[in-house]
Amino acid sequence: MEQYEKIYLYQRIVRAKLFIDKQYADKIDLNNISGQAHFSKFHFIRLFKSIYGRTPNNYLIKIRMDNAKILLAKGYSVLEASIMVGFDSPTSFASMFKKIAGKTPSAFHKEQEMKRNAIQTNPLLFVPNCFSETYGWVK
Amino acid sequence: MITKMTHTCIYVLNQDSAYDFYVNKLGFKVHTDAPMGEGARWLTVTPPEQPELEITLFLVAEGAMFDKDTVQTMTTLIMKGTFGAAVFTCKDLLATYEELKLKGVVFKKPPKKEFYGFEALFIDDSGNWFSLAQINS
Repeated sequence: MEQYEKIYLYQRIVRAKLFIDKQYADKIDLNNISGQAHFSKFHFIRLFKSIYGRTPNNYLIKIRMDNAKILLAKGYSVLEASIMVGFDSPTSFASMFKKIAGKTPSAFHKEQEMKRNAIQTNPLLFVPNCFSETYGWVK
Repeated sequence: MITKMTHTCIYVLNQDSAYDFYVNKLGFKVHTDAPMGEGARWLTVTPPEQPELEITLFLVAEGAMFDKDTVQTMTTLIMKGTFGAAVFTCKDLLATYEELKLKGVVFKKPPKKEFYGFEALFIDDSGNWFSLAQINS
């Protein structure tokens, strides 16, 4: 595996990716991220994209939106979620969320609230009948 | 004709620990986490880029499905690493391997070249093993 020869490069890029995964809510930018990997910005962006298929900045946005979805699904408000994933402005957050998720954070929040309520009131709606019957969960 | 798989089961020994492994380490997404009464829980996760496939993390516990002997037998077999549960794929095996190792995932085989690409084998928190593959395009 030719890639083995470059394992130290992989390890540095992976550490930078994990840095984003952990610090996404902070005010991090390309300088922080590339600094983690000890690469020049250009080299870092090129390697990161070759491994993860997107630039570090795009990846940071994706991680922020993924975590915003988790928070909204748990019941946090749109304002709370936007702050918790590192956005200063709820408007920029809503705009980015809609661009990525295809719906507004409010619509997503409402959808998830309905799902949570449905799980609480009738969890069997989410379980295929074959499993319910086999495991003795009756309707 | 059969068109798709929508649900599959992985038998686990502890659902809290399995949640941590599959969600926080592997990066899977929670699809449904529903209490079913009497300590039972319907917990399904999906691979990050396959939201339509629900993987049920099913607890091996005494109940309507398993009697005490079966639970003991299954627990022993799972812990022994008897069951190979699935093949997962990734775009870059070496990067994924390095990341999962840093997160504490145990590999029983490091990345190795195969005729179809590259493959490594890892074990979940219960003892089930999985292939992690990078398939040649």
